[in-house]
Amino acid sequence: MGIFYFFFLMLLASSFMCLYRIGRGPSAPDRTVAVDILGIVVVGFCALLSVMTKKDFYLNIALAWSLLSFIGTIALAKHLQGRRFDE
Amino acid sequence: MSNAVGLSMITLGILFNFFGCVGLVRLPDIYNRLQASTKCVTLGTSLVLMGVVFMNGFCSISMKAILCMIFILVTSPTAAHAISKGAYLSGVELWEGSVVDQYKAHVKEEER
Amino acid sequence: MRIITLFIFSFVTWCLLVWPYNGASGTLDMQIIIFGVLASALVTWLFHEILITHPHKWYDIKRYFWILCYLPVFAFYCIKANIDVVYRVLHPKMPIRPGIVKVKTTLKSDSALTALANSITLTPGTLTVDITENGYLYIHWINVESEDVERASEIIVKKFEALLRRIFE
Repeated sequence: MGIFYFFFLMLLASSFMCLYRIGRGPSAPDRTVAVDILGIVVVGFCALLSVMTKKDFYLNIALAWSLLSFIGTIALAKHLQGRRFDE
Repeated sequence: MSNAVGLSMITLGILFNFFGCVGLVRLPDIYNRLQASTKCVTLGTSLVLMGVVFMNGFCSISMKAILCMIFILVTSPTAAHAISKGAYLSGVELWEGSVVDQYKAHVKEEER
Repeated sequence: MRIITLFIFSFVTWCLLVWPYNGASGTLDMQIIIFGVLASALVTWLFHEILITHPHKWYDIKRYFWILCYLPVFAFYCIKANIDVVYRVLHPKMPIRPGIVKVKTTLKSDSALTALANSITLTPGTLTVDITENGYLYIHWINVESEDVERASEIIVKKFEALLRRIFE
């Protein structure tokens, strides 16, 4: 089980780099990219938790999280293109 | 045996995730960042889910992991494509070291 | 026809989501099956006009065989792309030469173009920025090797086109 703490440490470092880009990003698209990547990293967190605890509901969280992250990213991208959300 | 295969796949995936995020911090402009992070984080998370499948065998966790993997492999490049088009249309310039930009002519023609 | 296809597709997805109650132990839980039928019917009623455009393609066995052939090719290029990105990111001087080039494709249908754009995004050094109506793709290339349309198409698009045409057209 010790190796799982190493995995969580690496993923935590990745998400802090995403947070750095969200905070420092010079333009709005940079922040959008970082939010998208952070969503996928969280899916990795949920998968590791489901292995550690042998429970399957963490993967339900992962599925719902990836869906919502995708929809949010598409909405932000449409906003960047200067169009309405229902086009 | 399958436990060892699963653990090595998870390790590889986590390393790819990490290097993708290093690329997100290091590279100079948004298009390069988008390339590095999308490729690495998509394959990294897919490898983690694949390792979950190998470690659990044939049960409910594996089915959900496979569905999640297919979903990520389909949606992540689509989101990257939408963001890059949005970034170009909202006026983010390419990095100054860029060699060629053949998209500018197309955008000008569309505006006319 | 398209109603039946979409119903089968959504019901199979539902069965995968609720797997251990459904067939693994030999007993069928009626409550979950009935709710799955209701949910699939709702999805079919709402979305059958936009989700499935050519239902006869879903019953062609040869296409599934070509998907099986396509997966190893895709996995190989995907892993190569990741090693390439790790090399470029960890190199202290960052050997990148980015630019946006224009390539031509001969694929026509919407699903084939989507699959081609997604494959290009996940393979070494390329990212699809836009697709035009008349078969041109604009591609951000992290290490531009050629600015000519024909040569760039040969390098980027050609390795997927033949397989994708067999799968989607």
